[in-house]
Amino acid sequence: MLIFDKSVEGRRAVTLPECDVKEYSFDKKYLRETPAVLPEVAEVDLVRHYIGLSRKCVGVDNVFYPLGSCTMKYNPKLNEVIARNPAFTNLHPLQPESTVQGALEVMYETQKILAEITGMDEISLEPAAGAHGEYTSLQIIRKYHLSRGDGKRNKIIVPDSAHGTNPASAAMCGFEIINVKSDKRGNVDIKALKESVGDDTAALMLTNPNTLGLLDEHILKITSVVHKAGGLVYYDGANLNAVMGVIRPGDLGFDVVHLNLHKTFSTPHGGGGPGSGAIGCKKKLVQFMPDPAVVRVRNRYRFAERENSIGKVKAFYGNFLVVLRAYAYLLTLGKEGIREASENAVLNANYLRVLLEPYFKTAYSRTCMHEFVLSLEKFHDETGVSAMDVAKALIDKGIHPPTMYFPLIVHEALMFEPTETESRETLEACRDVMREIYEEAKSNPDAVKACPASTPISRPDEVLAARKPKVRKQ
Amino acid sequence: MASYVPHTPADRAIMLEKIGVEKISDLFDVPKGCEADLRLEKGKSPLEVERLIAALGAKNKVFDTVFLGAGAYNHYIPPVVRELASREEFVTAYTPYQAEMSQGILQSIFEYQTAICNLTGMDASNASHYDGATATADGILMCMGNKSKAVVSDGLNPEYKRVIETYLVPHGIEVVYAPLRNGVTDEDALKELIDSEVGAVCIAQPNYFGLIEDAGKIGKIAHDGGAKFVMACYPVALGILRTPGECDADVATGEGQSLGLPLAFGGPYLGLLACKENMMRKLTGRIVGETVDHDGRTAYVLTLQAREQHIRREKSTSSICSNEALCALTSAIYLSATGKEGIKEVALQCASKAHYMAEEISRIKGFGLKYKGEFFNEFVTESDVDTSKIVDKLQKHGILAGLPLNGRDMLWCVTEMNTKAEIDNAVRILREEL
Repeated sequence: MLIFDKSVEGRRAVTLPECDVKEYSFDKKYLRETPAVLPEVAEVDLVRHYIGLSRKCVGVDNVFYPLGSCTMKYNPKLNEVIARNPAFTNLHPLQPESTVQGALEVMYETQKILAEITGMDEISLEPAAGAHGEYTSLQIIRKYHLSRGDGKRNKIIVPDSAHGTNPASAAMCGFEIINVKSDKRGNVDIKALKESVGDDTAALMLTNPNTLGLLDEHILKITSVVHKAGGLVYYDGANLNAVMGVIRPGDLGFDVVHLNLHKTFSTPHGGGGPGSGAIGCKKKLVQFMPDPAVVRVRNRYRFAERENSIGKVKAFYGNFLVVLRAYAYLLTLGKEGIREASENAVLNANYLRVLLEPYFKTAYSRTCMHEFVLSLEKFHDETGVSAMDVAKALIDKGIHPPTMYFPLIVHEALMFEPTETESRETLEACRDVMREIYEEAKSNPDAVKACPASTPISRPDEVLAARKPKVRKQ
Repeated sequence: MASYVPHTPADRAIMLEKIGVEKISDLFDVPKGCEADLRLEKGKSPLEVERLIAALGAKNKVFDTVFLGAGAYNHYIPPVVRELASREEFVTAYTPYQAEMSQGILQSIFEYQTAICNLTGMDASNASHYDGATATADGILMCMGNKSKAVVSDGLNPEYKRVIETYLVPHGIEVVYAPLRNGVTDEDALKELIDSEVGAVCIAQPNYFGLIEDAGKIGKIAHDGGAKFVMACYPVALGILRTPGECDADVATGEGQSLGLPLAFGGPYLGLLACKENMMRKLTGRIVGETVDHDGRTAYVLTLQAREQHIRREKSTSSICSNEALCALTSAIYLSATGKEGIKEVALQCASKAHYMAEEISRIKGFGLKYKGEFFNEFVTESDVDTSKIVDKLQKHGILAGLPLNGRDMLWCVTEMNTKAEIDNAVRILREEL
């Protein structure tokens, strides 16, 4: 039942103080003709409604959530408490700079730490999400080439294993997309790359480790091929959780990088945001980064406009409270903890990979990084049970399914990313559950295909939803 | 240092043995010479981190009384809103890809979309955008088709203008600003600017200076010229003001922060983006739709995904993946808590108190209202007293002044949070101490 259906004329959950000035009366021509139809409910009913809804969804606090490429690590409570401090939540973004020195220092120090982790010269915290960071970086790349009078670089090279956001962000910046294929070991095919680059190459966008969970074995070669052609190399940091403190994109030749603070740096995903898509650039690109910069001058912090900025990609300064949580996380982990997180993310992924191998085939038989991809193509042929069916069966067994049908180059793909915050017992329990599903698929495939049965709804009719869209209560 | 990794040395040994390597570093194939050695401090305990960041918080000044708006608004957030929106199941979930185990989030977004449609008079809303500025930029892009010019009122918030410029430039779209007369969009000048190349006309309602635009008339000018009409709105004002729907807008956008989100030094906020039915498939970002499950029960799913990046890649309407779902949820709770009568009351209190303050200030010798037009809860004063002096003086009394637009003009904002006593006190300081 929708909250609108619980509405009773005249009920109120919130009361304001009585208005202590004379009520203003607008000329009728300014006023809406009928009031906005909003729910009228008592506070207790409001509470029960939303508590009811909260029980119909699950987060990382409820279950193991090995959703590949999304880095669903535990979100420390310390960071939530810190982000509720009124000394930050009650700051107006346009207050005089002298009254927001603490907030500016948080931003400045976070930038410094992220620059060190990525090997970049400067960080901007303005983008609101990963794809927004990609978009911002591509605007920078565009402006860089144009500033050199190099107007014909209108192509972005994207591997076929890339996240869909990469080509979408590039298209939003007016670029054409060139896809390059992967080789048999899951690396970028160097020969194909060499054939793709030229004097029209603006940049290559690369996720590393890639979406197969593999560290590209020719990474230095790749960056050098693109640089020799006059292009820039962009690092999609969606998978940075594999390599923090181990390698730095800046040392591998990358020119610009985006980070997902809501993945790698433990801030909660909120059911789809808010995130933070901080970006980092090498020196030659810094002048093009979004306004404003946060700078320190004689121990005072202030905002500064950049010389050749692409402009603004968001009002104000990014998702500050998300940045604040990430800062708390970075301070807590420190030098050793950052590396420890990545090392154990990779350890956990490999352990789970090895545990599942007797039952399900990995798409590429290699040591993986922080995630790995199963291909259920053969399994599907043999049992009729698809990757989707296995995912739905996991729901009934109390595990959030891995990412399904991605990357697109693997058929019947299931992508697992356990993260470093899961214990050995949790991974072994996941193995047990996957084994049960495997056995059930062999003995009683229809039962698997009927999953989930434990949820408030069974599988929804998505085709109907798209064909006859109903996107509000009428 | 604190660690969120649960492994004991014994766990690691068992795991490494099973994998078949000796040590964790054997799992990494780092190119020669590229091994990182971070120059960072060692980790701190949670207590130390809490103290350190609390000390940074203490370097900020939180004002008891706020008269600053200009795109971010100090409204009452009922405790029930914060409490419900911080439920862990909402906070720590990912995007609801698995509908069966995400009905709570999906239904809450469907309710949010309904509330935004009802508030704006539009037919369809997305599940949220990054913020009001990016939503407005995308709202304009939705209207452009193959046209090459967008006419934007000079009465938009400067932050919005800069974001719109950034978003439109790569598409080869020229942003043309329609000038103001008496603080509102000059309708005659606007007519002059519209030709067959203009895809969209965009205004803010109320505009940056708090003034109420004649949106119905501007919409007609846009449509007569063959352009679509975009209204960037202050959603609280829509509690009483004519809606984008009533003004025949094609797209309504806005900053949703005023609906239950804290000022938070500028973010996270909430982009509102809604449109008429015929433009629904051009919306950017996530959309939730109602359907049925295999047993015929009502169910909610992410829908119209053929617009989106993970399906369409470079042919999608945008690259949005993470949006501001928790902020949208918060606003949906706020709108349900405040309700049909409450949102009217909030809007009316804002307007009443703002008009009271405007009148009181204009009675001070040397101060006056810059514009004569009707306004909602923001207004511009002018005076010979340097605006930076006003800021400093009020700050000494714990009051956050309006925004200096230049040395003479100041943009004030009054909300339901400001009491008559606060207003009288600020006015007294302006009268007696400056």
